Amino acid sequence: MTSLNRPAAGRDAGGRLDPSLLRGLTRPRRRDVLRLLGAAGAGAALSACGVQGQGGKQNVTRSDVEKYWSGKSKAGRLSWASWPGYMEDDRATLKAFEKDTGIKVDYREVIQETASWFGRIQAPLAAGQSIGFDLMVITNGIQLDRCLQLGYLAPLDHSRLKTFAANAGPGFKNPSYDPGNAFTIPYFSGITGIAYNTKYVDEEITSIAQLFDPKYKGRVGMMADSQELGNFGLFLLGVDPEKSTPADWEKAAARLRRQRDDGIVRKYYEQDYIDAVSKGDVWLTMAWSGDVYSLAGPNVRFVVPKEGGTIWTDNLCIPKTAVHPVDAITMMDWLYEPEHNAPLTEFINYITPVPATRDLIVEHARNATGEEKKDLERLSRSPLVFPSDADMARLRRYRRLDRDEEARYQRIFEPIPKGS
Amino acid sequence: MAGPARRRLAPYLMILPGALWMLAFFLLPLALMVSLSLQTGNLVDGFRQTFHWQNYTDGLSIYGDKFARSLWYALLATLACAVLAYPAAYWIAMHGGRHKSTYLFLVLLPYFVPFVLRIVSWKLVLTDHGPVLGPLRDHGLLPADLHVLDTGFAVVSGLAYNFLPFMVLPVYVALERIDPRVVEAAYDLYASRFQAFRHVILPLSLPGVFAGVIMTFVPMSADYVNAEVLGGPRNTMIGNVIQSEYFANSAYPLASALSFTLMAILLVGIFIYARALGTRDVLEAARR
Repeated sequence: MTSLNRPAAGRDAGGRLDPSLLRGLTRPRRRDVLRLLGAAGAGAALSACGVQGQGGKQNVTRSDVEKYWSGKSKAGRLSWASWPGYMEDDRATLKAFEKDTGIKVDYREVIQETASWFGRIQAPLAAGQSIGFDLMVITNGIQLDRCLQLGYLAPLDHSRLKTFAANAGPGFKNPSYDPGNAFTIPYFSGITGIAYNTKYVDEEITSIAQLFDPKYKGRVGMMADSQELGNFGLFLLGVDPEKSTPADWEKAAARLRRQRDDGIVRKYYEQDYIDAVSKGDVWLTMAWSGDVYSLAGPNVRFVVPKEGGTIWTDNLCIPKTAVHPVDAITMMDWLYEPEHNAPLTEFINYITPVPATRDLIVEHARNATGEEKKDLERLSRSPLVFPSDADMARLRRYRRLDRDEEARYQRIFEPIPKGS
Repeated sequence: MAGPARRRLAPYLMILPGALWMLAFFLLPLALMVSLSLQTGNLVDGFRQTFHWQNYTDGLSIYGDKFARSLWYALLATLACAVLAYPAAYWIAMHGGRHKSTYLFLVLLPYFVPFVLRIVSWKLVLTDHGPVLGPLRDHGLLPADLHVLDTGFAVVSGLAYNFLPFMVLPVYVALERIDPRVVEAAYDLYASRFQAFRHVILPLSLPGVFAGVIMTFVPMSADYVNAEVLGGPRNTMIGNVIQSEYFANSAYPLASALSFTLMAILLVGIFIYARALGTRDVLEAARR
């Protein structure tokens, strides 16, 4: 019967509609569990009496940095794990980087959601094995906190990040989730708001309450990420997520559950919402600002709801087990040169951490013609790419959670997308 | 000479690689999982063995409905498979002539296409404004708010489709092995075509159906891909819960407990099923 077995990649592929799958990369498999336990068998993580705790590694000293970076040198190669829509389709930025530095980049869009990505890299990182990537993009929030607590990230050598120091905007240095940028520097920031397909929705969408409107029964998409989902529930109640209390969480969760049980939510999405809203399977959905410009169809419009939107930062970081960390940190610094950053911003349409990029985009717009000129002009004025102070005032970050709060928060929001 | 001794050892030596393989990659992890399922803790502080049986009761009380749904979906999909597969296997075995292997190949042909591609193409076909539902709705043949993707119907259909050959092949093998003279004897004894089928062919093919049911029902109950891709929030199966508890929440003890609960349910279920169908007959028939 051997020949009857279905392809292993298919049998175990654990995912939603995942473009990376089509390129031959697979989502977590059961094998990864066995690898975790295999490592455990080797005494690395698990013994008969339990798995050793690995917390408390987020503090970093100069000697940690020196120890990590000493003896490491440029390899001319780099593999980078990222999200879909985070690099031009023709990979122009990567080509320019290779021309500049001689470093060849293997760029993969393997990340669809922070939680599932963390689940995938956790076992090898705990076992001290390479995850196959030297550079990855991870959003601030629970999973990044966990990476820091568990000591999974390489401490950054700021003597190699001079361009970052010179060009990063003030809001992008020394963030609360990573003091002193000890382990991460921002790649882009974005806003979570609402996207809707104007072909099917014939009113203007301005409010989170419209995601809960029974007339859109079966036509609403929400996000599966518990922090994203929780924030929208809290906004709906008029609560500032950053200042929310567990009692607020319970109330928000009850509201979100009702939305689900009334059949209003069609599905809880990772990044695949963009496909569903473009095709019209869902008419309105929680969405990430830049996606709507770089990935969605022409009928899809993005709004920051009047109740508020979430601002988050995707960060560049180096897994501790990276094979080519010097090449990775070279890339991180290189991206902070405005000339290198502008083409990327023009494609990605998220908030760049390099404010000087705006002048370059304005200049590009001046020299462009026709459709492209219009696009660039729109971009240089776009409040979603260069938000005004008034906009910023409406945006909120995820609530910072200590470990007990995190457990509680997750217990409240995490089961909702799973139908519990 | 070591001849006889070696001869006595030979079977053990032959089984050794397989046994070691099973020990290292099946039994050992299984034992570790049992241990893990009784631990408490979290990823950052570590997990400790506390013989926390509550992981099992918690799992059942929180996710009991997902267990029930998984078994129900698997049952529906298995029935669909049986209904679809039996006539096809019958026709190939009895009327396939010298092209039997070609027809079998055709059954398997879709499975040469990678699994992901098949599921993705389902999404393309069944999307609300896609080639199937779009025109039907435009002509008023479907209610405007009806959709197929993200429903239990889509999940069950996906399961049935993806596991169909595992039903066709064992049923085919059982039918193919029926001695035509037995059927002829039935006709000689004035059996009608229906009577011959009912009293001769069907009972002789039951071992194939039995094997097919096990080969489809068991993996279907634990499947999570179909529900993930084709289902909505109200179609979550236990496989999805286990997957997310493991990979997204790093709740290893709970996920292990859920896995073992599922395993226990399936083992007990299959034992009862085998008994009900008469294991003795089945095994005897299969042995011929």
